[in-house]
Amino acid sequence: MLRRLLEEGQRVCVTIDGKPVTARVGDSVAAAMLSCGLLSCRTTPISGEKRAPYCMMGVCFECLVTIDGVNNRQGCLIEVSEGMRIDTQHGRRAVE
Amino acid sequence: MSAGANPYDVAVVGAGPAGLAAAAITAGAGLTTLLLDENPTPGGQIYRAVTTTPLKERSILGGDYWAGAALVAEAQASGAEIVKGATVWSLDATRELAASWAGISRFIKARRVILATGALERPFPVPGWTLPGVMTAGALQTLLKCSGLVPDGRLVLAGTGPLLWLLAAQLLRAGARIEALLDTTPRANYLRALPHVPAFAISRYAAKGVALRREVARQVEVVRGITRLRAEGQGGLASVAFETGSGERRLTADVLALHQGVVPNVNLAMAAGIAHRWHPVQLCWVPVLDAAGNTPIDGIAIAGDGAGIGGALAAEAQGRLAGLAAVAAVAPERLARVPDRQLYAQALARAQRGRALLDQLFAPPRWSRLPEGDTIVCRCEEVTAGQLLEAVRMGAMGPNQAKAFLRCGMGPCQGRLCGLTVTELIGKARAVTPAEVGYFRLRPPVKPITLAELAAMAHTQRAVAAVVRE
Repeated sequence: MLRRLLEEGQRVCVTIDGKPVTARVGDSVAAAMLSCGLLSCRTTPISGEKRAPYCMMGVCFECLVTIDGVNNRQGCLIEVSEGMRIDTQHGRRAVE
Repeated sequence: MSAGANPYDVAVVGAGPAGLAAAAITAGAGLTTLLLDENPTPGGQIYRAVTTTPLKERSILGGDYWAGAALVAEAQASGAEIVKGATVWSLDATRELAASWAGISRFIKARRVILATGALERPFPVPGWTLPGVMTAGALQTLLKCSGLVPDGRLVLAGTGPLLWLLAAQLLRAGARIEALLDTTPRANYLRALPHVPAFAISRYAAKGVALRREVARQVEVVRGITRLRAEGQGGLASVAFETGSGERRLTADVLALHQGVVPNVNLAMAAGIAHRWHPVQLCWVPVLDAAGNTPIDGIAIAGDGAGIGGALAAEAQGRLAGLAAVAAVAPERLARVPDRQLYAQALARAQRGRALLDQLFAPPRWSRLPEGDTIVCRCEEVTAGQLLEAVRMGAMGPNQAKAFLRCGMGPCQGRLCGLTVTELIGKARAVTPAEVGYFRLRPPVKPITLAELAAMAHTQRAVAAVVRE
């Protein structure tokens, strides 16, 4: 869906749903997910339909993901860092 | 980083052009100044990532973007304490802010507060706008600025407004291919804009606007006056359908960028209790301010697009004026150390020239503001236009009753992506103006924070005694 204009830049390794992925320093979590071909980042708690980052500026909350075990983080406002664990969210959260 | 000088002389919320300029003035005059911004880098949306973008080829984003680097540098050199990644989630009438950064929330007091929370893109509620593959034009621009990412595949742009054309030009310069630009500007807007042509013609926007449109139209099919836009697909965008004067058309698409102007980001100001009024031309809520940008709450001012849409240069001038007003209030003896306000008042007047034409020409049409049937209005709670209209029939007279009926506006975005639509739809159904309908009652926290973070905050003994039983 997206391609990188420039391949240079410092790389960082993160995992998305346990799969190792390379991103660039300065990428937001949402940008990193889109750049590696992921089309959606969560399914909604209401109908379960797929959603993807929409505004990329912190207002729409469509890019909510779990980052290093903390859920409902705004992926577009948080930059990737080495070793970061990113997980997609699925539907309504259950009581543990 | 801790909030070092708490309480501060000045706290500025938002590091776009208005906030950077305001902080540069107050810190430059020796006032202790805290500048809080939610993003990882200063610059706001317009100068997003100007200090860190991988795009070193300056012609792609254009000179107006790169001008932001000097403003960021000025604020950084001013002595202002700039905190990135800081979310302000509360502000009250005593000028106490609550802000979260690095996973910790804290209260901050300031003698003057300048809100520079800027703008967000107007909701564009058309069928299929929640499908993966559909984004705002601003989102694609952010991906370009921050990460040098461009759409790969069939890209369609749709809507109206200067940003849409700027994005098209920037993406083309970056080597992207655009299948079509679907222009929703109604023909009647050109007539309404006509009286404002003389003022626009001598504004700085005229030459840039004309050049952008030529640059894009040379390389992209521009379909003017389209209606009934919809995004189609199962679990992701597959095609874009729309109507032209000569019938329906359908384009295969992988990415659809939507844009129909920007509106003030009002959540923090409204939650602080600052009154807003409906702007009948810009079709949005704007705060009630005096000529100097002061709100009715003592010591709180608003500058930039959050005070009404005026663009980056107007925002910068308003920021400087708000900064000067803060210096005058807190340490008038230091006014000799800052430039004369006349300079910035003139810059503001220059930047506002031509705005009236942009407001009329790019006023979004009714069909793309007032959805029908199964089209989703509230993305978070998945409430449709049809459900909202049914709730109005059952007695929901305003947005706050609609919350109780449907939860619309109660998801994590707190109405940012549906509020204007809800107000206008209820107004249409009741045949009253948006001003009569009103808006969601907004309350802190204006952005979600965890209960753990709230519980970990330092509390006064009185606050603890109020909830703990001995």
